[in-house]
Amino acid sequence: MPTSNKVQLPTEHCETCPAFTQLEQMGLKVDNFDRVIALAGNPNTGKSTLFNALTGLKQHTGNWPGKTVTRAEGGYQFNNIRYKLVDLPGTYSLLSASQDEEVARDFILFGQPDCTIVVTDATALERNLNLVMQVMEITDKVVVAVNLMDEAERKGMEVDTRALSRDLGVPAIPVTARTGEGMSNLLSTVAGVIDETISTKPLRINGTPEFQNAIDQLVPMIEQMVPGIPNARWVAIRLLDGDSKVQSSLLNGELPELMARQRRADTQFSRKMAVEGRQ
Amino acid sequence: MAETPFTPENLLTKAEELRGGLSTGFRDEIVKSLYSEAEKVANRAVKTRDDKRYDLDQRIDKVVTSPIYGLPIMFLVLAVIIWITVIGANVISAWIAVPLFWIGEQGKMIFETIGMPWWLTGFIWDGVYLGLAWVVSVMLPPMMIFFPCFTIMEDLGYLPRVAFNLDWLYRKSGAHGKQSLTMAMGFGCNAAGVISTRIIDSPRERLIAILTNNFVPCNGRFPTLIMLATVFVAASFPASLTSIIAAGTVVFIVMIGVAVTFVVSWLLSRTMLKGEASAFTLELPPYRHPNVKRIIYTSIIDRTLFVLWRAIQTAAPAGAAIWLLANITYNGTSLAWIIANFLNPIGLLFGLDGVILLSYIIAIPANEIVVPTMMMMYMGAAAMTDIPDSASMYTLLVGTYGWTLLTAINLMLFSLLHNPCATTIMTIYKETNSKKWATLSVVITLGIAFLVTFTTATIARALGLV
Repeated sequence: MPTSNKVQLPTEHCETCPAFTQLEQMGLKVDNFDRVIALAGNPNTGKSTLFNALTGLKQHTGNWPGKTVTRAEGGYQFNNIRYKLVDLPGTYSLLSASQDEEVARDFILFGQPDCTIVVTDATALERNLNLVMQVMEITDKVVVAVNLMDEAERKGMEVDTRALSRDLGVPAIPVTARTGEGMSNLLSTVAGVIDETISTKPLRINGTPEFQNAIDQLVPMIEQMVPGIPNARWVAIRLLDGDSKVQSSLLNGELPELMARQRRADTQFSRKMAVEGRQ
Repeated sequence: MAETPFTPENLLTKAEELRGGLSTGFRDEIVKSLYSEAEKVANRAVKTRDDKRYDLDQRIDKVVTSPIYGLPIMFLVLAVIIWITVIGANVISAWIAVPLFWIGEQGKMIFETIGMPWWLTGFIWDGVYLGLAWVVSVMLPPMMIFFPCFTIMEDLGYLPRVAFNLDWLYRKSGAHGKQSLTMAMGFGCNAAGVISTRIIDSPRERLIAILTNNFVPCNGRFPTLIMLATVFVAASFPASLTSIIAAGTVVFIVMIGVAVTFVVSWLLSRTMLKGEASAFTLELPPYRHPNVKRIIYTSIIDRTLFVLWRAIQTAAPAGAAIWLLANITYNGTSLAWIIANFLNPIGLLFGLDGVILLSYIIAIPANEIVVPTMMMMYMGAAAMTDIPDSASMYTLLVGTYGWTLLTAINLMLFSLLHNPCATTIMTIYKETNSKKWATLSVVITLGIAFLVTFTTATIARALGLV
């Protein structure tokens, strides 16, 4: 059933997945989750389709960039672990400050997802990797889902996900969210990255020695000031860059508050959105 | 160093100091190297063969986004969709309205037979139920046709092409090209359209998009337009042309809405929201096969039933309110007609009448119930409980209540331009976080609606057309 929303788990054996993989779509039951997964990606790469396939929800999808402007949350259970999946707005970068980029950035930064899946468009990989690299600047726990593999094939493109994984230092998994192909592989990889059976070593741009030195000086200061901050390096870069929003959130003590808030945030609202499937 | 107590201030000073040691534009360099690294990785991972299908996409785009054919094709697509809606809605409404109104009759009869008090029978069957029956029979048929068509266009990938075609017009009016996407969402629901303006980065252009979104008739107003176009405008043409004239009229009204959007955007960007239009990259996604199951789900469950449910929720209390207003009398005249008569001179000034204005006031929670409210008032007074068909509506409104073509046209214009519904106003308030902009969205739209209808009414009268 290629048009179905349900995920078809492969019946034949595959080397990457455990013997008994099991996906249960849990829809809106996200109260008792064990792990939080963020779903990031460029606009119109099929994030919402992937989200729907995993959660069984019917978040509105449409073939145009910018469909998702708020966070939507849903749950799924995989191999007896319950995951909360947060569908972030599609963005090209995490640098500028439009509202949807901010929603995405703040969640990856302060929501402390256990893992971030960056959904990429296999047919426009280069542009998509810009975002992947920006996400990897913030967190190590990244899995790249190379979506729209069927479309790439149709366009006569061959995407070597092994080479991609090797170069990026994080797993890159080919999927076709529309049909559910590659989904269990993606989920077991996510599980592996979280429990650290799969180690990641994200490709990062180091910059000049002066820059590296400046970062090394700032990071311990930030870590001491905001205990438990997950991304001191990123905050340090933003401070060096003179990001006024990060500066003021440090000055008025909003940074820890921001971290706490991302945990609850607009779930109420986004849940309503997910139920009604309306943006 | 760790033993010094840190304050945020000296952290910032330290960052300041360290920044001084870096070359200027170091961040740009990092971004640049990030991009070039991404390019390298992508090039290693992707191999491309020559392909024909991609060419096909590009060839289609050459036509549908061409400077010459782009806009005409767009309006043609819209016209065809509306034409299909008009034809289909007529068919469906026949088999929805008949049983619905029949049930109402039966219910009333049963209540009368078992000796329920007249006011209870009236309140429930002539008030609440009739309101519901009207909303369902007016709203449901056009939605069942329009939404699937719209969703197919959305799934196919046509919407971004529309944005592409209209971009230069938006830029000229100082607004953002993506505003056409938010406008397209407005066809479904203006509240959804307002939320979708989040895709616009610049706050100035986003406000323009929010304030003008209401000039696209949402599905709550579409049935009103379609009904009026069919019953009045098309009625004066031969029967074979009815559907085409009706569709043409609705398209024309939509075009007026688009034109008003540009004019208001232009005015705003030169007065309250001064600034230049910003450039942006719009990605034209590949054409994709619409997914049939998803289209049915999205258009029927997400859109049709959602909107209908909202309409029903407001129609039931509105029906009750109208029945009460119509049955509580003062000096022998019902409250409804006292208010309508009071509003009548104002209404006439704008080519409308008192009943229409009263209906719009009752329909502030949801535009969907304007026509049902109006019809219940008119029909209640004429003691008519017939199944509403075009011919009897025409006779009733023109014959008994003195409607003219001007009334119908101005009602369409008013419906297109008047204030957003309560949900949309609330959404504007939430999205802008400002009472000022929410209020302004009402003032601007109402002001334009009254200005335009006043102008058409005055011109029509001056030329002796009415």
